[in-house]
Amino acid sequence: MLEQLKGLRAQALEELNKVGNPRELELWRVRYLGKKSNLTQILRSLAALPLEERREVGAQANEIKKALESSLEEKGRLLQESILTSPRESQRVDITLPGRALPTGRLHPTTQILKEICDIFKNMGFQVIEGPDVEWDYYNFEALNIPQHHPARDMFATFWIDTGMGEKARLLRTHSSPMQIRLMEKERPPIRAIVPGRVYRYEATDATHESMFYQVEGLAVDKGITLADLKGTLFDFCRCLFGEERRVRFRCDYFPFVEPGVEVAISCLACNGTGCRLCGHSGWIEILGAGMVHPDVLTRVDINPKLYSGFAFGMGVERIAMLRYGIDDIRLFYSNDLRFLRQF
Amino acid sequence: MKVSLKWLSDYVDIKLASKELAEKLTMAGLEVRAIETVGGTWDNVVIGEVIALNPHPNADRLKLATVDLGTEQVTTVCGAPNISLGQRVTFAHVGARLIDPHTGEVAVLKAAKIRGVISEGMVCSEKELGISENHEAILVLPPDAPIGVPLDAYLGDVVLDLDITPNRPDCLSVIGIAREIAALTGEALRVPEIHYEETEKSIDAFASVDIVDADLCSRYCAGLVAGIRIAPSPSWLQQRLNSCGMRPINNVVDITNYVMLEYGQPIHAFDYHKLKGRQIIVRRAGKGETIATLDGSKRTLNSDILVIADKGEAVAVAGIMGGLDSEVTESTDTILLESASFNQAAIRRGCSHLQFQSEASIRFDKGLNSELPLVPLKRATQLLLELAGGKAAKGVIDVYPGKPKAELISLTTREVKRLSGLKVNIDEILEVLKALGFECREGDSGSQILVSAPYWRSDIKCSADLVEEVVRIIGYDKVPMTRLGSPLPPQKSKLSIEARQSELKDKLRNILTGYGFQEILTYSLVSLGKLQKVSPELELRIPPLKVANPMTREQEYLRTSLRGGLLTTLAHNQKFEQAGVRLFEIGKVFLPQGKDLPEEKDMLCAVLSGARAELSWQADKEMVDFFDAKGVVENLLDQLGLKASFKNSDDEGLYLERRADVIVADGKVGTVGDVQPKVAQAFELSNTVCLMEIDLEKLLTKIAGIKEYRSIPRFPSVTRDIALAIDEQMSYRLVNEIIQSFPLVTKVSLFDLYRGEQITEGKKSFAIRIVYRSPSRTLTDEEVDQTQKQMLDRLDKELGAILRK
Repeated sequence: MLEQLKGLRAQALEELNKVGNPRELELWRVRYLGKKSNLTQILRSLAALPLEERREVGAQANEIKKALESSLEEKGRLLQESILTSPRESQRVDITLPGRALPTGRLHPTTQILKEICDIFKNMGFQVIEGPDVEWDYYNFEALNIPQHHPARDMFATFWIDTGMGEKARLLRTHSSPMQIRLMEKERPPIRAIVPGRVYRYEATDATHESMFYQVEGLAVDKGITLADLKGTLFDFCRCLFGEERRVRFRCDYFPFVEPGVEVAISCLACNGTGCRLCGHSGWIEILGAGMVHPDVLTRVDINPKLYSGFAFGMGVERIAMLRYGIDDIRLFYSNDLRFLRQF
Repeated sequence: MKVSLKWLSDYVDIKLASKELAEKLTMAGLEVRAIETVGGTWDNVVIGEVIALNPHPNADRLKLATVDLGTEQVTTVCGAPNISLGQRVTFAHVGARLIDPHTGEVAVLKAAKIRGVISEGMVCSEKELGISENHEAILVLPPDAPIGVPLDAYLGDVVLDLDITPNRPDCLSVIGIAREIAALTGEALRVPEIHYEETEKSIDAFASVDIVDADLCSRYCAGLVAGIRIAPSPSWLQQRLNSCGMRPINNVVDITNYVMLEYGQPIHAFDYHKLKGRQIIVRRAGKGETIATLDGSKRTLNSDILVIADKGEAVAVAGIMGGLDSEVTESTDTILLESASFNQAAIRRGCSHLQFQSEASIRFDKGLNSELPLVPLKRATQLLLELAGGKAAKGVIDVYPGKPKAELISLTTREVKRLSGLKVNIDEILEVLKALGFECREGDSGSQILVSAPYWRSDIKCSADLVEEVVRIIGYDKVPMTRLGSPLPPQKSKLSIEARQSELKDKLRNILTGYGFQEILTYSLVSLGKLQKVSPELELRIPPLKVANPMTREQEYLRTSLRGGLLTTLAHNQKFEQAGVRLFEIGKVFLPQGKDLPEEKDMLCAVLSGARAELSWQADKEMVDFFDAKGVVENLLDQLGLKASFKNSDDEGLYLERRADVIVADGKVGTVGDVQPKVAQAFELSNTVCLMEIDLEKLLTKIAGIKEYRSIPRFPSVTRDIALAIDEQMSYRLVNEIIQSFPLVTKVSLFDLYRGEQITEGKKSFAIRIVYRSPSRTLTDEEVDQTQKQMLDRLDKELGAILRK
C-alpha cells in the first residue's frame, strides 16, 4: 500500500503539471482528491488495517493528501494568474479612435485674470467688495477731488445718465475709485480692501480702447502706512502675477485723489526691458496707477489725515490679460467669439 | 508738449544724454512719450556760401558752383534752378551719408565725374538731408548761418515729446521744463533778462481796460507797441516754433506764440486801430451774442462765456480764440498786447460750448496763477521791438482785482517719513524745494520749515504736495520697499451677505463650466431694440435707464435683462460652430428707481442650442431641447442643496408650450424654456434655443448658509418597478407627488415614457422605479407590497392611472 501511495503521488503531480485550464484542474481534483479517488479510498480503508500499518500508511496518506491539496491550490492560483495576464484578442480596441467627449466650458479670460488678481491680494489680507456701476457724480468725481470744471475731468470721458432737470447727476463710473469713498464712509481704519468691477469710458473703441472694461481698485488705510508700503505691496503683486524675474518701476504721476501719485510699470514682457514695439521702445509697460490717499479725501470721510494715512491703486484687468496672453486687440474680450474664448 | 533741447539749453545747461534726461523727467512725473531727433546724421555736411557760379562746359542745365567753407573753397556741379550767388547753403563732403532721392535709401556720397567735370561733394536739397520731401531745390539757409559750421551743430536738435499732467500747467512751457531739469540735475536756471526802451507817452493815453466780471478775470495786463512792420519771423524763431509743433505765421503772431511756449502764459495781439473806443472791456457774453472768430466761423455765445469786447462788441472769446475783426493783418502797425488771467472753469465751459480748444485754452483751463501775466507781457514787448520794429508806449495797464494770497505750508522731516517712508534731513528738503523755486523759512524746530509755493505752482496746497515734490526730485526709486505692517481689519464672516453673494457666483461659474457652458461677458449698454426684441409682446413696463451721450445706438440703454447679450452672442457663434453651443453670463441688470441710482441685480442667464454632444462616432446625435435646459436647472440647484419644482410660466420671451417658472420653497427664482420662435427669428438664431434665467438674489435667500449632515442609512432598501397607463393630459408631477407622499419612498425615477401600439390611444405609460427604505428597520416584502397597493389605489382613484401588467 505504501508503494501504491508513492506511485499515486508521482502520477498525480505529473498529471497536474499537464493541466492547462480550470476545467482540467477540476477533473484532476475529482480524480485524485475526490470522494471516489484512490487516495480517499485508502484513507477510508485505514480502519481495517492493523494498528502498526495503519499508523504508517495513515501518516503517509495524509501527508500526500496535504501535498496534493497545496499543489492544487498553487496550480489554481497560477492558472488564474495566467488567465488575467493572457492576451484576449476579442477585447482589442483601436486605441486611436477618439475618446468619448465630456462637455467642456471655460471661464471668460477676464474672470480668470480677475480671480488671479483677487487671490493675490486676498493672501495679503485684502477683502474683496463690490460697488455699483451707476454712480453719483459725488462719488465718482467730487469726493475724489475732481469738482466740476476740474481739468482732471478730461482724464475721464464720461457716460452720463439721461437725467431730468433738477435731478442729481448720475453717471457710469469711469473708474473703480468711487468705492474708496463708499468704503471709508462705512468702515473705520484699519481698512484693507480691493474692489473688482466694470468701469465705462466715453471713448471711441480701437485695439487698445474699450468703452467698457474691468478695473481692480485697492485701498489700505491705517496709522503709519507709507509710500514704501505701497511700493512693497505692489512689487509683491507684480512679481506674483508676472513672475520673479520682472523688474518693477515706480514713477511720479498725477491722480487728483492721491498725493504723492505713482505710476507702476513692469519690465516689458516681450523684450525684457531692451525696448520693442509692445513697450513703445521704452522697455517698460505701465500697468497700475497708485498713490497715497489725498488728505482732502480722508478729511471728507472723517478720517483724520494727520493721524492716518493710506494708499490706493487701480489697474485695468484686460490690459493685464492682454500682456499675459499676448492679445493684441481689447475688442476681442466682449465680442465673445468662441474661437477667442476657447483659447483660455 | 514738445520741447527742443536747443531751446531748453538757453535756460539750463544740459549735460545728460537725451535718453538719460528723458528717463529722469519721466521718473519725476513729466513723462517723455518720444524723443525725436532732428539731424544727427549729418556728418561731413557743413555750411558754406556760394561765391561763384559758372556755366558747366558740357551741359546747359548744370552749373559749376564755388562754395566758400571758411577754411577752403570747393567747386562742385549743381543742377538746382534756385542756386544763386551769396546764398548760405549746405555742402556735403565726400563720405557724407545722404538720402538718395531716387531710392529713398541712405547712401555714402562718392566723388563723381558729371559730364566730364569732377565733382567733390555736393550742395544738398532738403530731401537729401532727410528734412522734407523737397528735391526741386537746394536748401537755402538764412543769411546769418555761420560759414564752416557743421550742419548738425546749426540745425540739429532733439525734441522731447512730453505728456504733461493736468496739475502742471507750469510745465506747458519751456522755462517750466527747464526749471524741472535744473532741479533734477543740480544745474542753475537762467531766465531771460528783459529790458527795452519805452516812449514818453503813457499807455493810458492810448487805451483803458475795464474788468466787468472780476470773478472770471482776476487780472488783465496790456501793453502797446506802435509802428511795427508785419513780416515773416527770423528763421531761428520759425525753427523753434516748428520744433514745438506750431506753424509760423508772421512776426507778431509768432512772438505771442513764442512767449506762450516760453512762459506758459497765453498772449493775444489785437490790431489796436480796430478796437472801437480804444477800450478793452472784459465781460460775460450776452445771451445769443455772436462773434466771428479767427478760424472764419461765426459763433453764438452765452452768458457763461467770457469775452473781450471793445466799446461796440466782442473782439475775442477770452482765453480761447481771437476775433476776426481785430485780427493782426499785413497792414497792422499798432499792437495792443493782452496778457491776462481768466477763470479756469469759464474757459472750460467756453471750450465745451464752442467745441473748440486752442493752445491758449489748454493752458488757461488748467488754472494759471494771476501773478504770471506781467513778465511774459514785457517779454513779448521786448521781442516785438527787436523783431518787428516799433516803439513801446510807456508802462503797462495792469488791472488786478484778484490778487491771490500766499499761504504758508508747514513741512517736517517727520511728515516726509510718515507719508513716504523715506528718511531725509532738513537740508535735503531745502535743497529740493529751493531748486524748484519754493521759498522756505525756518520753523519752530530744526526739523520743520514753513514753505510758500512759487506762483507758478498753483497745484501745491498742502504738506502732502510738498512731500511729493521732495520725493520725486530725490527719486521714487530711493524710497524703500516694505510690506504692510499694520493690523488686518476684522475678517468678514463667510456667512455675511457679501461673502455669500460672491461665493454663490463663483460656485455657479464652476458648476456651469462643468456642464460644458462657456462663460461670456457682454456689454452693460445695449440698444433699446435689443431689449425689446427679447420680449416682443411685452411693453417695457419700466423704461430702462438711458445714457445721455451714447457712443452708438447699439450702446444706449442699461440692460434690464441679460438675454439680449446671450442671444446675440449665440447667433454670432452659430455661424462658426458645427456643434452645439452652450453659453452663460453672470452679471448685473439695472432696474431704474426713479431719480435714485438703479437697483443693480445679479442675474444668471444661460442658453443652449444645437447638438447635445460633440459630433462623435458613438455619441448621441440629438439636438438639445427643453429637458436639457430643465436638467441643467435641476442639477445646478441640487448641487446647491435645493430642490426645484416647475410651474407654468407666463414669460412671453419663451415658447408658450415649453416654458416653466423655477420654484424653490414656494418662491419663484427663475425661468426655463425654449426661446419664443419670434424672438429667435429676431436674433437670427437657427435651431431650437433653450434658455434659463435665475435671479441670484432670490436664489441666495433659499440657500441654507451651512448644509446639515444626515446619517447614512443603516438599513437596506427595496426596489420595485411599476408601469402606469394614464391619460395623456395628466402631468408626471401629479403621479410623482402621490408616490412621494408615502414616507417609505426615498427615491422615484422615471425610466421610460411610452406611447404607442401596446397601449390604448389617448394614454401614455410611465415606467417608474421606486426605492423604499425605512430609517429604523429592514423592510419586509409584505410591508412594501402593502404600501405599493395603497399607492396604486390612490393613483387609480385620483388620476385614473392603472398598473400595466
